[in-house]
Amino acid sequence: MLHLYNLKSFLIKVHTIADLTIGEQGVIESFSFDEVPLQLLEMGCYPGKEVELIQIAPLNDPLYIRVNDSHIAIRRDTAEHIILAKRLCDDTEI
Amino acid sequence: MTQKSKKLKIALVGNPNTGKTSLFNELTGLNQKVGNYPGVTVDKKLGIFNFEEVHVNITDLPGTYSINPSSKDEGVVINTLLNEDGSSFPDLVVVVAEIENLKRNLFLFTQIRDLGFPVILAVNMIDRIDKKGIQVDREGLEAELGTPIIWLSARKKIGIDTLKKTIISAIEPAPSQFDKLSQRISPKFFNTLNEIATELNLNLYQSWLLLTQRNYVEIPSFRKQIIRLEDVEEGYDVKSFQRKETILRYKEINDLLKKYYRIDFNQGTGLRAKFDQLLTHKVFGYVIFLLILFVIFQSVFDIASYPMDAIDGFFANLSAKTEASLPPGPLTELISEGLIPGIGGVVIFIPQIAILFFFLGILEETGYMSRVVFLMDKVMRKFGMSGKSVIPLVSGTACAIPAVMASRNINDWKERLITILVTPLTTCSARLPVYAILIALVIPDIRVGGVFGLQGLVLTGLYVLGFLMAIIGAIILNKVLKIKSKNFFIIEMPTYKWPSIKNLGFEVYEKTKSFVLGAGKIILALSIVLWFLASNGSTEYQQADVDFPEIYSGTGDFDQELSSYKLEKSYVGQIGKGIEPVLEPLGYDWKIGIAIVTSFAAREVFVSTLATIYSVGDSDDEVATIKDRMMDEVNPETGTSRFNLATGMSLMLFYAFAMQCMGTLAVVKKETKSWYWPITQFIVMGLLAYVSALIAYQILS
Repeated sequence: MLHLYNLKSFLIKVHTIADLTIGEQGVIESFSFDEVPLQLLEMGCYPGKEVELIQIAPLNDPLYIRVNDSHIAIRRDTAEHIILAKRLCDDTEI
Repeated sequence: MTQKSKKLKIALVGNPNTGKTSLFNELTGLNQKVGNYPGVTVDKKLGIFNFEEVHVNITDLPGTYSINPSSKDEGVVINTLLNEDGSSFPDLVVVVAEIENLKRNLFLFTQIRDLGFPVILAVNMIDRIDKKGIQVDREGLEAELGTPIIWLSARKKIGIDTLKKTIISAIEPAPSQFDKLSQRISPKFFNTLNEIATELNLNLYQSWLLLTQRNYVEIPSFRKQIIRLEDVEEGYDVKSFQRKETILRYKEINDLLKKYYRIDFNQGTGLRAKFDQLLTHKVFGYVIFLLILFVIFQSVFDIASYPMDAIDGFFANLSAKTEASLPPGPLTELISEGLIPGIGGVVIFIPQIAILFFFLGILEETGYMSRVVFLMDKVMRKFGMSGKSVIPLVSGTACAIPAVMASRNINDWKERLITILVTPLTTCSARLPVYAILIALVIPDIRVGGVFGLQGLVLTGLYVLGFLMAIIGAIILNKVLKIKSKNFFIIEMPTYKWPSIKNLGFEVYEKTKSFVLGAGKIILALSIVLWFLASNGSTEYQQADVDFPEIYSGTGDFDQELSSYKLEKSYVGQIGKGIEPVLEPLGYDWKIGIAIVTSFAAREVFVSTLATIYSVGDSDDEVATIKDRMMDEVNPETGTSRFNLATGMSLMLFYAFAMQCMGTLAVVKKETKSWYWPITQFIVMGLLAYVSALIAYQILS
């Protein structure tokens, strides 16, 4: 399943949290999970919210992000399922 | 109590890292106790305070981000808040929030409100408001949430009295918004649910929780209701409803905060960013972590050794004085040879355990532990564990029992199971006294390079060995276990805080107390049983005074020889003799054999067992510490000291690997819900211990 997503993201160049560089921001557009983890939403991470990548751990994983005013760390393979909008819009808050 | 006095039950609920514990300590002072929730091992913290003739009982519920539990620990919150017949069912809930994370904290607040409780929102760390660039309109929020909001700084003692006053002022419940919210998810589904809820005398949100969280609800009286509710689910995607609910709650909060709250993330984050950069740096991050571990273990050994020597000497003295001042007889012997050395064997742990809990408390309180989790996650995953496994593995150095419980916040079952299985290999504080006394006996007290003591280095080496074995064990388990991983991981990165001395003090006191009392009971009971078994025996023992003079060879002090002959013929001597053949290749005699057998109740019993055995076998009345007595013990075959390098190392390896702790086995059974894992753990670790001790002794001797 994971390989399929990677392939998909390669072909249509989906931009995810995992593609951000440190300090870069983006807006969550959608998820590509089989089932979206409820805990992720409960920490404030859901479509429409702005994300900033704060730090990447030494071995390139996990990722330390700020989303919806929460500071959380998630693994790269989770981040790869959080798709960002192509352009950075400032007023997409819901 | 006066007749006018009223009683009130309240609960503290809040996210982790909001200073909920500080507030609890501030409200209750010393009027608190730690209990247990039935079926769950998480501590139940209860406290009381009296304010203007109202007697208030507080329950401090475990920190959680949502009322929807993601672990059994968090299940305690929902079970307490749903069970109207429960002893802790509150009249009022105080939701503790933190000014910097108000948005996420309010998410939990809206859930509690929708349950229909009167709620007070206590916003903590208000003293940081300017430093963090926060602008907020308290009155505006208060009016719109329909609930009293108290500005608080638990550490600076701001707002505590206002909070107390509000608690006793009979607040009305804020109206539940869930009926309205649920109409935006699926009117059809929630209308049906509402009909049943009304029938069952529940509010809509309560019934929604009972339905969606039924695996965590452990209230027997709700069984029937849950079965009733399950029918509603048919044909609906309830999980997607939960996700919609979550997002709608956040939407409500975002709309509200947009009007009344503003946070400038560029302000006050400079220091946080600098700390983050340093502490999670690819080189310095690891160096700092290793340095911190090294400092902890060195101080556990170095600082603790002074009070420990004093305690050891004190109990040896007390024992001798008791024996001299009380009339001779079996009761005096029980006290001086059984009870006092037994109690001494417990008290001697206090310095080491307290120091360990103190350091671990600092790591948690400052927010550093989350950075370690972040730093170590990828590394630990290579071994089949999670970054969160670092917390059990590090706190395993205090005690494996709470450490195994701490594995609960690991979401993935395979990662969690591996962590549970290897945690008992880390060097827990019960091994420390065994190591400490053996190191003192067989490792020379010299300085290496003029800085580090050799004894301290050997101890550090044993800690490293424990971690290494845990890692190796994890690698093997990761290969062997065929469990599908769901691999989801999320952790909050809290702001850095100074540790509060008051909180640390409470924590060290509570944890040390429960450890000492828990272990103390076993040690004390075993000491008495041992003393009895060592000073009684079958016919050969009873005849010893008559028989021994005939077989006395004439060498050695007569009294001394008689006592050790009697010990050999006592019940305990017979048990030790029975297992001696198995232990001989490891370099142990029957006396050490007894200590190993009793250690299977708990390792720390080793020292007190030897203390009891040697003091029973000791005929002189001189004051001798446990260490002196062990040093005097001679191996009759070689004529040299029993505790030489070979025996010492062999014993240390045996204790490093063997699963000698009933408490841990019990908690592993509880956490894995099966006898299979603790039994496997016991056998595998036992074999590992035996083989490595055998190799060490055979090479060194």
